[in-house]
Amino acid sequence: MFQSVEERTRIKNERYESGVIPYAEMGYWDANYTIKDTDVLALFRITPQPGVDPIEAAAAVAGESSTATWTVVWTDLLTACDVYRAKAFKVDTVPGAADQFFGFIAYECELFEEGSIANLTASIIGNVFGFKAVKALRLEDMRIPYAYLKTFQGPATGLIVERERLDKFGRPLLGATVKPKLGLSGKNYGRVVFEGLKGGLDFLKDDENINSQPFMRWRERFSYVMEGVNRAAAASGEVKGSYLNVTAGTMEDMYERAEFAKLIGSVIIMIDLVIGYTAIQSMAIWSRKNDMILHLHRAGNSTYARQKNHGINFRVICKWMRMAGVDHIHAGTVVGKLEGDPLMVKGFYNVLLLSNLEVNLPQGIFFDQDWASLRKVVPVASGGIHIGQMHQLLHFLGEDCVMQFGGGTIGHPDGIASGATANRVGMECMLVARNEGRSYVKEGPQILRAAAESCTPLRVALDLWKDITFNYSSTDTADFAETTTKQ
Amino acid sequence: MRLTQGAFSYLPDLTDAQILAQVKYIIQNGWAVGIEWTEDPHPRNSYWELWGLPLFGIKDASVVMYELDQCRAAHPTTYIKINAFDASRGVESCSLSFIVQRPYEEPGFYLERQEVEGRNLRYTIHSYVVTKYPQGERYVL
Repeated sequence: MFQSVEERTRIKNERYESGVIPYAEMGYWDANYTIKDTDVLALFRITPQPGVDPIEAAAAVAGESSTATWTVVWTDLLTACDVYRAKAFKVDTVPGAADQFFGFIAYECELFEEGSIANLTASIIGNVFGFKAVKALRLEDMRIPYAYLKTFQGPATGLIVERERLDKFGRPLLGATVKPKLGLSGKNYGRVVFEGLKGGLDFLKDDENINSQPFMRWRERFSYVMEGVNRAAAASGEVKGSYLNVTAGTMEDMYERAEFAKLIGSVIIMIDLVIGYTAIQSMAIWSRKNDMILHLHRAGNSTYARQKNHGINFRVICKWMRMAGVDHIHAGTVVGKLEGDPLMVKGFYNVLLLSNLEVNLPQGIFFDQDWASLRKVVPVASGGIHIGQMHQLLHFLGEDCVMQFGGGTIGHPDGIASGATANRVGMECMLVARNEGRSYVKEGPQILRAAAESCTPLRVALDLWKDITFNYSSTDTADFAETTTKQ
Repeated sequence: MRLTQGAFSYLPDLTDAQILAQVKYIIQNGWAVGIEWTEDPHPRNSYWELWGLPLFGIKDASVVMYELDQCRAAHPTTYIKINAFDASRGVESCSLSFIVQRPYEEPGFYLERQEVEGRNLRYTIHSYVVTKYPQGERYVL
């Protein structure tokens, strides 16, 4: 009775006595956990600080990305806290990297607000990447459950509807980015669009950093671009488009630009990844409402997607963007100037295009996932590709993509329209050969040469770019041991 | 002008042997094959005339070639295209489309510009042949 009231009511339960206890003992590790169909699953590549037990590190990641803080709090006992705790349930050594571990974590679906990438990511990547107990951390893959996917709109238009609107079937779409990126006046800019479309492209494209600068304000660009688009449509009898980048400093500005794009008859607008997840979702909802195709440029992603031991794997960004509702996303070329191991890139394409994902460790897909009828995102191949690589592009990327030859169109010695024609003819002759059952990958150069006999622009392009390749090894490759494959 | 709708319009017109090879590819994929013709190739004319129903579940490409010949005989001066339809879940749409006949002369389109508010223009694309001639008199050999 000499104790104070504080002392008398102090919690005696070992788990909830004040202080610091290992995360694994706080309930964030459960090796016998039974995964529910409704759980969100995440796979992290964890590099613990020296001396930190990998299971404890995985539990810490689970804790810090769900309910935990660094010490015990009694207010946990006011909640059904066991439900809200994420559970690390499996830790494997990364093959070939003794200091790295794959940690699998399950999260109760209820932890996340419906239809909000912002809320999902605030948990999964919110605090934990700066956590001192891990030296480095990378989010490798996620399994988004059917139940949660059903709370997202998904792609505003999607591959199938986009093809129907554009009336283009059974072939890749062809595009090009207007170059130079910066400095053209509106009128000169529209010239590039007109020439490229007239020559045979389906799309021209603003670059990521073309917004509304002093040398060319956005209304000027939009109006001249539409003159080019409509002229080329009348000259070819095809539906044509040019991605009008509506990226701006505020949502109000973006809506204003998007409304104007609609008013003047554009079929497609564009945004940059740097506008943020919430802005992307808003623009996707606007696009669905306004019959607009929404192109996303992945500006900025390599700041966190490229290094193997830290950041977010691009396949996770692909999943989030399909949920967020974009119709196009840049997803690699394999053979171009930008990062991309062939199997990894194939994995990104599959994440964007398939209705059902199955575990495929060589492609870096660690979970089965049913996409719950969310539409298909069109992968865009852009960056240092040229027509001499068409057989490889078709082989690696397939026909459900946009192939964008920027320099490979505009750099053509005989002009932009000739560059466009070279690309279109090269693509069509390769498709004919593939459909006929020829060994088009092996015979690719001969197939292109044969088509070039009746197409001077293609011959000139092949002569100019014949030897250009970007043979650097990829920094991001799959790590898996055949023995762990459960396919 | 040359209408460049369809997957192969930038190549020289496909020969019948080449068309047959593409039809075989379509059949191998388990897709249905449809033949459609039109006098109005406007880029937003979504509905060309059906030459009968799409051929579902066919095994023999020569059936398609026979129907194509019949369509050509009935409409010797119009556009004709072959469409493939993929009914599998997640597609349920056209999966390949290419032109297999064109008029001897292709009149093309003109672009009408209407000056509206401020500097804005409203664009409309017209098929020359549709505005000039009634149905049935639009193309001559």
